[in-house]
Amino acid sequence: MKQAVKKMTVNSVCSLLYCEVVSGGECLKNEVRSGYCGDLLSWVMGRAGSGSAWITVMGNINVIAVAVLFDASCIILAEGAQLDNDSKCKAIANNVAVLSSKKNAFELSGLLYKALLL
Amino acid sequence: MKIPNTELYYDLHIHSCLSPCGDEDMTPANIVGMAKLKGLDVIAVTDHNSCGNCGAVMRAGKAQGLLVLPGMELCTSEEIHVVCLFKELCGALEFSKRVYSVLPEIKNRADIFGEQTIIDENDNILGHEERLLINAAGISIDDVSGLLSEFGGVAFPAHIDKVSNGIIGVLGTFPQTAGFKAAELSNVCDKEAFLNSHKEIRNLLFLKNSDAHYLWQISERENSVDINSLYVNLL
Repeated sequence: MKQAVKKMTVNSVCSLLYCEVVSGGECLKNEVRSGYCGDLLSWVMGRAGSGSAWITVMGNINVIAVAVLFDASCIILAEGAQLDNDSKCKAIANNVAVLSSKKNAFELSGLLYKALLL
Repeated sequence: MKIPNTELYYDLHIHSCLSPCGDEDMTPANIVGMAKLKGLDVIAVTDHNSCGNCGAVMRAGKAQGLLVLPGMELCTSEEIHVVCLFKELCGALEFSKRVYSVLPEIKNRADIFGEQTIIDENDNILGHEERLLINAAGISIDDVSGLLSEFGGVAFPAHIDKVSNGIIGVLGTFPQTAGFKAAELSNVCDKEAFLNSHKEIRNLLFLKNSDAHYLWQISERENSVDINSLYVNLL
């Protein structure tokens, strides 16, 4: 996993990418140590590194569980993908930061990569 | 298994407490009792990637006089959910072993996903499945139908009207290559409206099941099918 060379929090990533906060609070102070992009949950589960910002279009409730499992710094929902109400409640209950953006996964990944790693 | 030759009211997609997302009250005796209260004639127990509680629910069904088919909700490598039904328990258990051998070796975290409880027909807890069952098994959607016939089973894609884990939501289309002759619509789906926008699959046999994870979600006596013709048509 490529590790960030710059220190960024979820909050600063949110400003950088012009995201909306879907689920926030204390977890917006999480450090973003890397990034991961993918929508197949079982693929992401075994591969995404702890502290990664996870870019996905999946708004299913299992997304929150997987984010907790690999200790994601935040979930970034691309292209305006929606989180259903149950998932939103679960995100808040588990203190998982969820951001939302109109940009697609490619654009978000590019911007985040540049900010964290270059 | 002897299956009566009539139109039966069914719910062929029900999770037990072996599924991490299945409620702990989804025990064999409770599932069968609720299905009987609802006036159903036949049910199938379909946990994620496992037939581990099928025998217990079938025995509970026998004790209470309800036909229970062994089944599974397989998660394919594309993360498409497919309901698999078997004629015999032994075929189901053999298939379950096959699926386990291609399931990622990731442990369940019960605090995150929920317990995966193995239970007997009298609702005594026998243990817990340690490996996370909701992951994608290493079986492609195109291979499911062929593989199932080796185990005396039939398969149809689950809740195809839903975006997450539905075959059309994942692949963007209903693949003719996969050889499915039936498909499941979720209980809330407006069948006519759905088929108007998916005319190419009008000829499939459509089943409506509950995908119940809680007792009260089990279907009412609303949907009926000739189970024999289901197996004959699908095999």
